[in-house]
Amino acid sequence: MSWVLLAEQLLNGFTLGLILFLLCAGLTLVFGIMDLVNLAHGSLYMMGAYFCATFTAMTGSFLYAVPLALAATFVLGLIVEVIVLRNLYTRDHLDQVMATFGLILIFNEGVRQIWGADGEVIPLPAFLDSNFELVFGIVYPTYRLLIICVGLLVALGLYVLVTHTRVGMLIRGGASNREMLSALGINVKQLFTLIFGLGAALAGLAGLMAGPIEQATIGMGERILILAFVVIVIGGIGSIRGSFIAAILVGVIDTMGRSFLEDFLSLVMPANYAETAGPALSSMSIYIVMAAVLAIRPQGLFPPRTG
Amino acid sequence: MVTDQLTTAPSTTPAWVSVRNGTGLAVLLLYALMPGIADIFDLPFYLDIFSRVMILTIAAISLNFILGFGGMVSFGHAAYLGLGAYAVGILAYYDIYSGWIQWPVGLAVSALFALVTGAICLRTKGVYFIMITLAFTQMIHFLFVSLEEFGGDDGLTIWNRSEFDGLIDLSNDLTLYYTIFVILVLSLALVHRLVNSRFGMVIQGARSNEPRMRALGFPTYRYRLAAYVIAGSLCGLAGILLGNDTEFVSPSDMHWTKSGDLIIIVVLGGMGTFWGPLFGALAFLLLEFFLSDIFIWWHLIFGPLLILVVIFARGGIDSFLGQQNGQGR
Repeated sequence: MSWVLLAEQLLNGFTLGLILFLLCAGLTLVFGIMDLVNLAHGSLYMMGAYFCATFTAMTGSFLYAVPLALAATFVLGLIVEVIVLRNLYTRDHLDQVMATFGLILIFNEGVRQIWGADGEVIPLPAFLDSNFELVFGIVYPTYRLLIICVGLLVALGLYVLVTHTRVGMLIRGGASNREMLSALGINVKQLFTLIFGLGAALAGLAGLMAGPIEQATIGMGERILILAFVVIVIGGIGSIRGSFIAAILVGVIDTMGRSFLEDFLSLVMPANYAETAGPALSSMSIYIVMAAVLAIRPQGLFPPRTG
Repeated sequence: MVTDQLTTAPSTTPAWVSVRNGTGLAVLLLYALMPGIADIFDLPFYLDIFSRVMILTIAAISLNFILGFGGMVSFGHAAYLGLGAYAVGILAYYDIYSGWIQWPVGLAVSALFALVTGAICLRTKGVYFIMITLAFTQMIHFLFVSLEEFGGDDGLTIWNRSEFDGLIDLSNDLTLYYTIFVILVLSLALVHRLVNSRFGMVIQGARSNEPRMRALGFPTYRYRLAAYVIAGSLCGLAGILLGNDTEFVSPSDMHWTKSGDLIIIVVLGGMGTFWGPLFGALAFLLLEFFLSDIFIWWHLIFGPLLILVVIFARGGIDSFLGQQNGQGR
């Protein structure tokens, strides 16, 4: 195990963590403000990747496809909100879970009908499909570095948006008292639609960035959605700051566990046991972390301040 | 004149005679007669379908106990189906076929998993609970995916069904069918007894108003945990039957969509009702069976249907069978 490999895996962990964060930011915004559990958030992630694949094929470049796919998931989010989810805000969480589960079935089957069951590869332009030499001889794919930069920028942008702009003020107002906001003459319905669209676009961004790495497949959304739930539970529901920290934590732990746990275990137990226990334990690692966090703090690490 | 008397006379029928109970009993009767029906019409695969329906009904009964009566929205109930089936499968893998060992182990493993995860999950509420139960089940799912020894992703074939020497012979499909049927009826009776006991009242009280129950001096956490473990064990039993019935177990048995299916069955049937799981499982699997037969893309129909049911038809199938008379609720 060399230090270069360790650093690379650490960066991989950051990449996963930032993609998770983009997904969680939308999920937690929607939950914190509209009190809506949206299982179909993962489907929007998947749609981001599929839209990007199609637009890349149409325009011939990943770079042109990105804004188009973002706009497409944003619009798709608006449509889903207006047709289905708007009717669910006042319902209990069970109804929301069921209805959005129905949405997942529709999205997955729809994608299978339109794009086929095989998955779509998203080709990268040459200048992104290369390696970049960081300090100390660490060579890292340029595209993954780009994901890290974009993720950090979006995190910063969200922070500024929520805490320092008028829209952010409305978002925070919607979270703490929607009746009062509505009484002050704000069109809350419209605001909610807009927030949902924003969340959808963030999910789409996460999906289209993950697309070139793992290709767009049916079910990619649900796999990562459950990771996103773990992040949100650890970070505290409704807290963007909590999501950010928990997302990085989960991304790093998951990646490091998969890469090194087996080697590590073989130091303390016979190799054939480590070969079985390593993958088993590393696939469970983040859930164990979640359980540990919950055992100590049931409301997550950074519950949003209420009142 | 006679008819006039009949319609105006005060009803002398006992309270349990109702359209609802009649429908429920009719469904049970249908299950009981299904082997004969399948035989007459020469449709042997109906036996397979209906044993699956009954197994999922048992799982749904156990979920209905905590979800419908206890208000605990567990999105991870499929874990117990998998654990029960894997208990049978893994013991059979090591040539231990005795049901006297397999079944208690399956129940114990399910109960233990319910106890450990329940102790953590029940510290939280609402949406946290939904997400955490989902996450724990996903953890178990990935655990079995990574266990190459037991087939990993491909699953594990169970070469012999559980052996109960001298008692019953489960290798006979008909015997297994009626074993499942009897366990189904017993599960219905068990949950009915539980719900209407003092224990069940506390669970339902905690669903409606937890602070009040606590103020009355009930340690609601412990009551809930007990209910959670009972439900987990019962679903584990369904898993044991599933393993015996399909003679195969794979991680996909505890995929999170299976947990979603169980929730849909409970809600579709009418949650917190006695017959709900029975109606729900039958409706869900027949819908799946016939829709998927006609359209490969049946999810495109089922998805919108689900959304429409949630938005417009609350109360499930049970609510179409007349007013709830307050019993068993």
